Amino acid sequence: MGNWSRFNIASIVLGFGFLYLPIVLLVIFSFNESKLVTVWAGFSTKWYAQLWHNQALLDAAWVTIRVALISATCATVLGTLAALALVRYTRFRGRMLFSGMVYAPLVMPEVITGLSLLLLFVAIGLDRGFWTITLAHITFTMCFVAVVVQSRLLSFDQSIEEAALDLGATPVRTFFAITLPVIAPAVFSGWVLAFTLSLDDLVISSFTTGPGATTLPMKIYSQVRLGVTPEINAICTILIGIVAIGVVVASIVTKQREAQREKDERAAFAQ
Amino acid sequence: MKSLGSIRRSFAPWADPASKPFISVKNVTKKFGDFTAVDDLSLNIYTREFFALLGASGCGKSTLLRMLAGFEQPTSGEIILDGQSLAGIPPYRRPVNMMFQSYALFPHMTVETNIAFGLKQDGMPKADIAERVGQMLKLVKLEKFAKRKPHQLSGGQRQRVALARSLAKRPKVLLLDEPLGALDKKLREETQFELMDLQQELGLTFVVVTHDQEEAMTMADRIAVMSHGKVVQVATPAEIYEAPNSRFVADFIGDVNIFDGTVFAAENGYLRIETGNGFPIRMASPEKPAIGAKAAAAIRPEKIRVSRQPPAHAPINAVEGEIWDIGYLGDMTVFHVRLKDGRVVKASSLNAVRAVEDPFGYDQQVWISFGEDAGVVLKD
Repeated sequence: MGNWSRFNIASIVLGFGFLYLPIVLLVIFSFNESKLVTVWAGFSTKWYAQLWHNQALLDAAWVTIRVALISATCATVLGTLAALALVRYTRFRGRMLFSGMVYAPLVMPEVITGLSLLLLFVAIGLDRGFWTITLAHITFTMCFVAVVVQSRLLSFDQSIEEAALDLGATPVRTFFAITLPVIAPAVFSGWVLAFTLSLDDLVISSFTTGPGATTLPMKIYSQVRLGVTPEINAICTILIGIVAIGVVVASIVTKQREAQREKDERAAFAQ
Repeated sequence: MKSLGSIRRSFAPWADPASKPFISVKNVTKKFGDFTAVDDLSLNIYTREFFALLGASGCGKSTLLRMLAGFEQPTSGEIILDGQSLAGIPPYRRPVNMMFQSYALFPHMTVETNIAFGLKQDGMPKADIAERVGQMLKLVKLEKFAKRKPHQLSGGQRQRVALARSLAKRPKVLLLDEPLGALDKKLREETQFELMDLQQELGLTFVVVTHDQEEAMTMADRIAVMSHGKVVQVATPAEIYEAPNSRFVADFIGDVNIFDGTVFAAENGYLRIETGNGFPIRMASPEKPAIGAKAAAAIRPEKIRVSRQPPAHAPINAVEGEIWDIGYLGDMTVFHVRLKDGRVVKASSLNAVRAVEDPFGYDQQVWISFGEDAGVVLKD
């Protein structure tokens, strides 16, 4: 494990402290008995129990999950199609412009994306609410999916599609029987990425929301303005837990698949 | 009667004017933008033939194969298969199958499902598919590996899965794109003979693309040597080697010595070519070019003798030189002999015995000589 010199230890402590101290504090104070956020008064889980009685918070959570599920799914379909078009049809006119435009939302300030979407919805007279948030989330998460899927497609051996066509599969069958299963892991990570981005978006949601559609980040933000409560800490801790479990599970699955693959390859060359 | 090379089987439909070609490529041109990959090319391939397209990379051989498979459409001209034009027919409706250079196995499917894929597309009943897959696995000796995925197989095994998959539908024609390119030398040599046996056994037409001349010579009934989108010569391996029709083919296949000169005399089937510096060549030639025309004699190294004494027919077809380089290859030895005017001639001799009395050494004065039918006369 290298040298545990004092300098190395100090670097690690400082670095991780910088990254995780705020989160650790938040988690600790979510178990605080006292209503005062900054005063420790003993361990308690009462704020978690109280969450289940806060209907407004639960509603917001439900809206958020629905928006995230629908927008991530639509963005995955659109993003995958965009990636296919960009990788496969290298010779169409204006390809550079098109690929640049797909990536623009990655670097566009969220405020501008949100504002422009708001202007659009107002211009076409769309009632703002659940569906406008969902549409806005599809718009900005789609390009992330496109990037993830595109990088997978670049290393995709296109001759396996040709082999399927050669063996009598129509182009549509080839896509569903060969292309999609092979790129499925990338498509799935694109979906997870889109889902998490949608889950914690505040700025774009705030611009495109309407009456009756409040997402969890918006709810938390508006409550914090009235003062931080241990309840907020509790729901944040739950969110952190969900995300952490997701990341850990995903990385374990990837690790195991790699290990299995290496083992198989060694076995193949052993005989 | 003398014949060129060794005759492997009495199979020569191309020599019979009554036989109809199975695949007919008629004046096919393929352009990619400004680049012409295949240039006004015409070819006939016959049923049960093992046909090789041989050429350096970029000569258009793979493009031609992809046009046969249906992945590319000719810019002009047409391809006829078994009396039917292939124009506009997509790859999934053609009675041909292809074995890909990268094997193109479906990574998410087992060996079994890979082989069954094409049969499933045809809507074959399940029991029949299972039976056919079993036959194919047996044919390529992979019965034990049916449940494995491609990444659990070695290179040679993957190659056999690809072969089994492309043969499973019993196509009229099997197209093979550099089928042995990814195998190591030893395995490649074994597999060449396996492929030949398989083609004979199944009675299929094989069209193979390769850049490896040895592979083409070993396996094919006929070879089409391609260059810059055109076919330079179509002939049996023996004809290609012993009677190349051009400088390009002579040079591309095997090693060759080319002596440039002018025609000095022509008499009953022989040409006398003056190559300068007192080295006249007399060579058999069916053609009779004008006196004074440019001509060249192409002679393979193994047909040139190296000796200490001048042969009886000297100075015709014989010249003095000095041994410049010796390459010992085991089965044979290659001599580079430097003539007085600086030309270097390659000569090789088979090491038919283990020990030689008084072998040749560096800087020795020697004579090189050859017979009157040892080579061919090239016009270009």
